Amino acid sequence: MYSQNKILELRNLKKYYPVYGGVLRRVKNHVKALDGIDLDIYRGECVGVVGESGCGKTTASKAIVRLHTPTAGRILFHRNGRDDGESITDISRLKRGALKRKGIREKLQMVFQDPSTSLNPRMLVKHIITEPLREYTDLSSREMENRVVELLNMVGLSKTHLMRYPHEFSGGQRQRIAVARAIASHPEFLVLDEPTSALDVSVQAQILNLLLSLRDKFNLTYLFVTHHLLVVKYISTRIVVMYLGKIVEMSGTKDLFATPFHPYTFALLSGIPIPGSEQRMKRIVLSGDVPNPLNPPRGCRFHTRCPFAFKQCGDEEPGLEEIAPGHFSACHLKSRSRQKVRDKFGNGM
Amino acid sequence: MGNILEIKNLVVNFYTYEGVVKALNDVSFSVDHGSTFGLVGESGCGKSVTARAIMRIIQEPGRIESGQVILYPETVDGNGSVDLLKQSEAYMEDLRGNQISMIFQEPNAALNPIMSIGDQVAESFLFHQKQILCETILSELSDGQHRPSKAVLMCLKTIYGKAADDGDSFFFKLLGSVPFLRNWDRRLKSVAIRRAVSLIGKLGIPQPERIVNLYPHNLSGGMKQRIVIAIGLASNPLLLIADEATSNLDVTIQAQILELLKILKKDGISSILLITHDLGVVAETCDRVGVMYAGNICEIADVREVFEAPLHPYTRALLKSVPKINQDDRLASIPGNVPNLVNPPSGCRFHPRCMAALPICRHEAPALVNAHGRHLVACHNSSVA
Ligand SMILES: Nc1ncnc2c1ncn2[C@@H]1O[C@H](COP(=O)(O)OP(=O)(O)OP(=O)(O)O)[C@@H](O)[C@H]1O
Ligand SMILES: Nc1ncnc2c1ncn2[C@@H]1O[C@H](COP(=O)(O)OP(=O)(O)O)[C@@H](O)[C@H]1O
Ligand code: SF4
Ligand code: SF4
Ligand SMILES: [Mg+2]
Ligand SMILES: [Mg+2]
Repeated sequence: MYSQNKILELRNLKKYYPVYGGVLRRVKNHVKALDGIDLDIYRGECVGVVGESGCGKTTASKAIVRLHTPTAGRILFHRNGRDDGESITDISRLKRGALKRKGIREKLQMVFQDPSTSLNPRMLVKHIITEPLREYTDLSSREMENRVVELLNMVGLSKTHLMRYPHEFSGGQRQRIAVARAIASHPEFLVLDEPTSALDVSVQAQILNLLLSLRDKFNLTYLFVTHHLLVVKYISTRIVVMYLGKIVEMSGTKDLFATPFHPYTFALLSGIPIPGSEQRMKRIVLSGDVPNPLNPPRGCRFHTRCPFAFKQCGDEEPGLEEIAPGHFSACHLKSRSRQKVRDKFGNGM
Repeated sequence: MGNILEIKNLVVNFYTYEGVVKALNDVSFSVDHGSTFGLVGESGCGKSVTARAIMRIIQEPGRIESGQVILYPETVDGNGSVDLLKQSEAYMEDLRGNQISMIFQEPNAALNPIMSIGDQVAESFLFHQKQILCETILSELSDGQHRPSKAVLMCLKTIYGKAADDGDSFFFKLLGSVPFLRNWDRRLKSVAIRRAVSLIGKLGIPQPERIVNLYPHNLSGGMKQRIVIAIGLASNPLLLIADEATSNLDVTIQAQILELLKILKKDGISSILLITHDLGVVAETCDRVGVMYAGNICEIADVREVFEAPLHPYTRALLKSVPKINQDDRLASIPGNVPNLVNPPSGCRFHPRCMAALPICRHEAPALVNAHGRHLVACHNSSVA
């Protein structure tokens, strides 16, 4: 189990993207990509974030490592070791320079989905990995060279790969290089946005295992974003389910798969195509598609597709409530939802 | 159960600047009538090239070097087989979208952005099933409530009777220049639209009457993919080839399409060749599975056999490398990478990554042989692996 000390707290985090329109290109509306999420992340855990395309996973990841500035809300970073008020910094509005001065920027790193676009094609592997070392450390060039080789070895590559360009590697190898670069600055927290989605399944397993061993070795904390539920189940200790910019359910991984509460989570889990002949739960096929985040439905955002929606759902937005210890769900049915799903779909969960 | 399609010793190469990409190296398999055959494998193993070779739409600089693609259009009545690789381009043009429909990963490429959904599906009906539409009209004409006058009825009957035989003949070109008969096909179109509405409704899209008036950009990815399937089905094909048709979709939308494919199968709509890299999709929708690696078929068996008693080392390794729902221990990954097909490994193309490799594997490619029942495997050492 992970330690109980927090590394990050997200408080009512929001990110609205302006939509321009009309002849004057004025702001016409906003895409509410992230609409008020609260999340505590503890050191050493791997929080998996799942949800359909456009639900705000990438937006949340980028906000946390401050690749953009959130529209509202706070991101509290807890410095390692101490838990007195002193060590907590709200990084949601800090500029790049300030983040770097405070030594926080190097602690939060990100690995992107597509290794072929996230690595500069004109840079040698050696320089790709040296870049963060140069920025965040004051190693001599000799030490730096040793460190680069050490990092390559950590991700399963070797010295012979130093003088090559990204295009000379396979997708899996490129993702290894991206991981090496991300861990070069001794980060404490890594956001992994779909790090294996562009990879072949045989290579995906290599990268997932690499990430697990690096986590153990350096006590890293991960936020692992994916739409692949079996991958997230494999790697995460806790899972956050998002729908249209909101967290709808959150709990430990085992709990979420064994005893989900939210109707949307049921639909997601029942939709997983299972690679084997095991018994699967009866599929809950949702009608329609994810609504447009420009005009999310009133009340519960899921009510337009929820098989259990009732009057209150269209009027009132359900809050995220703790229904069982450590298990949160945002549904007016609260804990009755599971029985409802069973009654209607007879799922043996 | 007879075959609808049989692929024999198919070899396809691409002549690129880098060298010759040996994309398909002696691929053989067959698809049973009324069943779903799944072709699985990692990216670049040749799944799409196989599909394109069947349709004879391999892009430049590719070439089908040898092999046979045999379609048994009439198996139901027990006669006829056609080697598609020997047919004229005109024959193939008629066959594509008519007897074999293909659905691709990207629905946008298959839809016309400036034509309404209804028109696109209706067009497919008009193009491929004109005869049936005409027959519908004729029967409606004879027992409809608002009967036209006798002379007009005779005239219309002649027109639709003739159209059912051959809608493109000179007769209709002539007809197009007669003022009050110029719009003779309007009725045909309205029947086609009606069929489109009912088919779209059957595919689980709510309010089909409204949807037919929309354009592709009004629809989401999952809906668009279902429209593409509708267009493919409108021709009532013998074989539907779906190449990664659900790979870009979200879990809940993919679930809709997978359920749809199951219903289609249950209704015996057609035989399906389902191409995917997702073993989960295969497990759920297919009756028989072919596993591909680097341009070869490694193993073919019924779906349960593949998952419960795989024989080929690659199949076994692949199954161990995907996370399962009850995954408790570490995933086993396959060392190394998928090979480059310009210089594929000698002998068995899997040998550099194979745990069960024997000395012979390095210089002799294993043949695909029947291990037992209808379980085929291509490996020198499948019993040990
Ligand atoms: N730069 C931007 N400008 C405007 N809208 C944006 C921008 N980036 C994202 N969005 C919108 O914000 C919403 C959430 O996007 P986000 O990229 O976070 O989704 P996601 O959950 O990562 O989806 P996916 O699974 O497809 O990666 C989407 O509706 C998206 O269209
Ligand atoms: N148009 C093309 N030009 C050159 N090589 C191609 C072309 N199309 C496919 N190939 C090669 O053929 C092999 C098989 O490709 P493909 O069938 O598309 O793989 P997949 O199994 O992912 O569908 C790959 O090595 C690919 O690079
Ligand atoms: S609040 Fe209502 S609409 Fe939302 S998930 Fe619960 S039952 Fe469904
Ligand atoms: S033929 Fe040899 S190398 Fe190929 S899969 Fe079988 S044992 Fe492995
Ligand atoms: Mg994303
Ligand atoms: Mg393909």
